[in-house]
Amino acid sequence: MKHLDEYRDPHLAGKLIDKIKALSHRPVRLMEVCGTHTVSIFRSGIRSLLPPSITLLSGPGCPVCVTATEEIDKFIKLSQQKDTIVATFGDLIRVPGSSSSLQKARADGADIRVVYSTFDALDIARRNPSRTVVFLAVGFETTAPTIAAAVKEAKKEGIDNFYIIPAHKIIPPAMEALLAGGELAIDGFICPGHVSVIIGADAYRPVADKYHIPCVVAGFEPVDILQTIYMLLSQIEEGKAIVDIQYRRAVNFTGNEKALALLAEVFETCDAPWRGLGVIPDSGLRLRDNYRALDIETKFDLTVPRAQDHPGCSCGDILRGVKTPLDCVLYRKVCTPSNPYGPCMVSTEGTCAAYYKYHD
Amino acid sequence: MCLAVPMQVLEIKEDTAVVDMGGTRRAVRLDIVDRPPTVGDYVIVHAGFAIHCIDEEEAKITLQYFEEIFADETSR
Repeated sequence: MKHLDEYRDPHLAGKLIDKIKALSHRPVRLMEVCGTHTVSIFRSGIRSLLPPSITLLSGPGCPVCVTATEEIDKFIKLSQQKDTIVATFGDLIRVPGSSSSLQKARADGADIRVVYSTFDALDIARRNPSRTVVFLAVGFETTAPTIAAAVKEAKKEGIDNFYIIPAHKIIPPAMEALLAGGELAIDGFICPGHVSVIIGADAYRPVADKYHIPCVVAGFEPVDILQTIYMLLSQIEEGKAIVDIQYRRAVNFTGNEKALALLAEVFETCDAPWRGLGVIPDSGLRLRDNYRALDIETKFDLTVPRAQDHPGCSCGDILRGVKTPLDCVLYRKVCTPSNPYGPCMVSTEGTCAAYYKYHD
Repeated sequence: MCLAVPMQVLEIKEDTAVVDMGGTRRAVRLDIVDRPPTVGDYVIVHAGFAIHCIDEEEAKITLQYFEEIFADETSR
């Protein structure tokens, strides 16, 4: 298939690995921020092909994984409200909250429906005018404009039983928070592909400039990722720290103007809680005054008690890259994809699930 | 999870397009795509929305770079 097979050519991948080996003179640690990159790296076996001097770390780029436990508890409380339908993307269903999950709430009678798109949730609202329909607005900058589009459409059409619960997260502030924490040495970032389609590569300039860390936006195929690693190594060897794009067929420096304008019309930034990283300033999105009435918390009190994670779960440390799943006492012994204790084992793009599936 | 595979536009109707990837067809919304696609273009799709039209010129430049990597090798 076009725009796919070219980037999966094993011969070309081999050449790039040779070039990486020739250039790699000292130990470097590169973080892939995006969960889809994590899965692609594992699936293609890139880790085992790189020289031992290069360590790849998985970062906080799985939206379900970074959703704070208190947010999950809130979603569960929401699902228990009278005459309410909760619409959500599928992988959130099984994430454990403090004492339950949406899946368990559904088994107990809550009306929770998995949708593919925000406009499917709007359809549910149109078909059920006497019930409150709430979309769980989880995701990064790639997903947020699709939610903004649905919010705007609901307002335009006067669909007054459609709400969202905003729990979005923004990637660059989390990258800065990781670096500011100082517990992790990172020599370069493999920046997310489709978040960058929306926000543009310039969004990483503060990371590159302030912390002197090279940032390269990568595509998702093996050759894309290998070329990105080569580009990062070249910068490191030359002592540079600039923002560059490997994934040029999809990403530019300024982003998707139309999506950014829609985001800015509907949302404004706010502080947000991240699993493992705590509250990060200006890393979330809330509805602007003009759309605030579509925030379900203007209708229901969804205050929840302080959240409790499983004491043995290392998801927080894994999301910060300071532990791998192999360092977790629960991993594989009791925490498995069919019985997950934390979100990183639930989501297909979670680091623990990727390790479970692909790591020996 | 991002859908990493670009899908080809088969048909366009106002706010939506029908896209295809290896025989799998889907309707996607065009509200936020960076520029209006035409039939035959490849788009990146996320959660039921086209978010970007693949830049054919940039794709060519990347592929040329790959060709240079091969050329380097043969000239050694």
